[in-house]
Amino acid sequence: MAEFPVSVTVNGQARRGTVEARKTLADWLRDDCNLTGTHLGCEHGVCGACTVIMDGVAVRSCLVFAVQADGSEVTTIEGLAAEDGTLHPVQDAFQKCHGLQCGFCTPGFIVSVASFLEEHPNPDDTEIREGLSGNICRCTGYQGILQAVKMAAETMQSA
Amino acid sequence: MPLLLGTAVPRVEDERFLTGQGTYIANLDLPGVLTVTYVTSSVAHGLITGIDVEEARQAPGVVDVVTAADLDIGPIPPMNPNYPASMARPILAADRVRFVGEAIVAIVSETAAAGADAAELVVIDYEPLPAVVTIEAAETDDVVMFPEAGTNLVLRTEGGDADPESCEVSVSSVIINQRLAPCPLEGRAGASVWGDDGRLTHWSSCQGAHPVRAVFAQTYGMPVDQIRLIAPDVGGSFGSKARPTAEELLLPFLARRAGRPVRWVPSRSTDMTGLGHSRGQRQRFTIGGDRDGTMRAMRVHVDGDAGAYPALGPMLAANAATMSAGPYRFESMAWSTAAFITNSTPTVAYRGAGRPEAAALVERAVDLFAAAVGLDPAEVRRRNLVRPDQFPWTTATGVVYDSGRYEEALQRALDEVDYEGVRKEQARRRDNGNGDDGGRALGIGVTTFIDRTAGVPGSEYGAVELRADGSVLVRTGSSPYGQGHHTAWKMLVADRTGLPLDRIEVIHGDTDQVPRGGITGGSRSAQKAGSAVAEATDLLVVEAKRQAANLLEASPDDIVLDMAEGRFHVAGSPGAGAPQVTWSDLGERTVTADGPGLKCETDFDGLGPTVPFGAYVAVVEVDTETGAVEITRMVTVDDAGTILNPLLAMGQVHGGLAQGIGQGLFEEWRFDDDGNPLTANFSDYAFISAADLPSFESYLVETPSPNNPLGFKGIAESGTIGGPPVLQSAVLDALAPLGVRHIDFPLTPERVWEAIQEARRS
Repeated sequence: MAEFPVSVTVNGQARRGTVEARKTLADWLRDDCNLTGTHLGCEHGVCGACTVIMDGVAVRSCLVFAVQADGSEVTTIEGLAAEDGTLHPVQDAFQKCHGLQCGFCTPGFIVSVASFLEEHPNPDDTEIREGLSGNICRCTGYQGILQAVKMAAETMQSA
Repeated sequence: MPLLLGTAVPRVEDERFLTGQGTYIANLDLPGVLTVTYVTSSVAHGLITGIDVEEARQAPGVVDVVTAADLDIGPIPPMNPNYPASMARPILAADRVRFVGEAIVAIVSETAAAGADAAELVVIDYEPLPAVVTIEAAETDDVVMFPEAGTNLVLRTEGGDADPESCEVSVSSVIINQRLAPCPLEGRAGASVWGDDGRLTHWSSCQGAHPVRAVFAQTYGMPVDQIRLIAPDVGGSFGSKARPTAEELLLPFLARRAGRPVRWVPSRSTDMTGLGHSRGQRQRFTIGGDRDGTMRAMRVHVDGDAGAYPALGPMLAANAATMSAGPYRFESMAWSTAAFITNSTPTVAYRGAGRPEAAALVERAVDLFAAAVGLDPAEVRRRNLVRPDQFPWTTATGVVYDSGRYEEALQRALDEVDYEGVRKEQARRRDNGNGDDGGRALGIGVTTFIDRTAGVPGSEYGAVELRADGSVLVRTGSSPYGQGHHTAWKMLVADRTGLPLDRIEVIHGDTDQVPRGGITGGSRSAQKAGSAVAEATDLLVVEAKRQAANLLEASPDDIVLDMAEGRFHVAGSPGAGAPQVTWSDLGERTVTADGPGLKCETDFDGLGPTVPFGAYVAVVEVDTETGAVEITRMVTVDDAGTILNPLLAMGQVHGGLAQGIGQGLFEEWRFDDDGNPLTANFSDYAFISAADLPSFESYLVETPSPNNPLGFKGIAESGTIGGPPVLQSAVLDALAPLGVRHIDFPLTPERVWEAIQEARRS
């Protein structure tokens, strides 16, 4: 099968490779970049576990082909914390508010919420619930996640 | 250091999950690993007349293709000796398929893409047989799925004696507890590799390494010590991964043939048809009692849908029946159950495993009885609850309840929701003909229920050892998949040693690191594994005091452990200059080349299962034009004994509630008439999202259990037990003035709307 070159800046680092046209961005990140924090929960664009930020927009990486990401900048869960290991305010809030249990959906939620709060720095409960509705979690009942979004919003506002 | 028990300590195991470093099966770095892909049945019931794998075998990147003809393992031994032996499940289907999704061919390939391509090249010929999709069709035995057995009946149970029809008032009904898919976000997954020494290492996304190892050892005829079973980070389970499925059991066989590691991570649809389902019951009951609201007798019959091969499902029908006394003082009960094979995914445990079905049954019965005697449903419950001075209470079905203050919890829930106030508002709206409610009927549901936790038999292992640097290593037999065991066990150790949480490490889920262990299920872990860790730590402190006494030249009885400092000194001389011994001092002196010198272990069982209690009140508004249900209040009061960590406990309540609300209002696994699944992905299966839920108002009361030293009971299943009936109760309460008598789960807008239309027609 024909392969195509791709060049993507992932978490600030230039990555190059060649891929089959059918390879998803999620598989490329996981298999070729060894960034396995991007999880595959459904591979049909419902669960949101594979959410990454591509050129400033949250996308489901299972629905984006790697070739479509050519030339873009991608941020994954591995790229959210500071270089010294300081957690992103969203990561920190998820821990403090018990916004995760098994942890499988967590990377997708955190990336989605980080992107959501860029656009909605001061969201109300309804906006948060709608903002979260593209990600599914089977463990938490979303209560801790909702609290975490509020806490992260406050932290990011006051920073 | 103040006692951590009962305080909301945030989890300490979260960082790897927050940063994308979780060790789920798909994330494991296994050099040279091959991918396993299964070709599964596309028909629900049929004879296999041909399997052609030759083209697949020649496909690029394919290493091996395996069918039933190649196997020297299987079938999977039945879970219960009372199941017909002929119903044992083969590892791969050979001549007959019994459900859509049953594995037939295994493909081992260099990449997942190569496996997917090769799977397309496999040709399987079927001679279709009539599909049996419902209990109604299965119980007739018109079509029998196991001709050798001659029947679809798997298991029948019965007991007790009751005559509810002879009471002043009696009511009967037949209700459905629908089939659900557990849907952990990480599906079943596993990986196998054989060592040069003939030892097998297997990684399993499961609920406990040791019980899973036992199934592999049995399947392969190997001694357990020749298998290292590792449960890495597990992306949810909810009961569904207690035992490995056929596809996972085949992985060591495939790895041995390939001479390389293999890994299997099923697609979502493969997992939704292959991982066990649950619930799937038809329940009949007759409840009888006095006109004053006293409930006296109940007779129940539960039919269970076992799916294509009997797993745990048939036993859950029996469990539902014997647990259906609920928290009430029935004088007599009679029960019978039957479970039948159908052409569908086998049924297994799912969060609650029989108790949600039991609660749905008895709570519907109580609501119907309350309506029949014309009393408020909360009041009828209050009058019939087991009273605090009646424990230990033995139900008419023979189940022992350990402790509780049921009425107090109910009153708390009613107070929190302002029950009288909401009833007054409901009456006001109804009095003016619902003229100002905008077509939104107000309903109030009340549910009181019990769980039975630590009911899975067997003790649980816990060990603690002091390391040279003065830190403590905990080995626990219980394996978490989101519950927060590491934080909880560290709190228990910290409270006994004075060590900070970051000086305590927990190991779980590796049979080479932990000698024994059970499953994490049935809400048993805090009670059994937590108690084991606490008990082992108490023993460690006694031993440490003896060692400190030697160093301080004092009697062990005079040694005090200063919990604030985590240091030992002689009683009466705690001052700064007085001689002291630290955990580090003891670690340095006791750890040798032979290992730790201070090490204590225990196997904790306790005095028996514990029975938590819950009282839930839901307020809903039902749009009578669209059938949509909005939950406006969800007030929950749970009594699960002593609470170790309220943050973790609430996490369990909330998660269970979301799943319980899912069963109540949204989720249902559906097949068409030919047994084809209609809901085998996350788009078609009504997975609950944040936008579907209100904020929960959840409270805890604590009545310690006498069955373990810390008084723990389990809390992880309460929401799936109390959630569905409280919503059914609320919606039917809202629609009662319209003449709606009953709506089965899930109470979707479609079903609610149809019920309203039907009531208007009649």
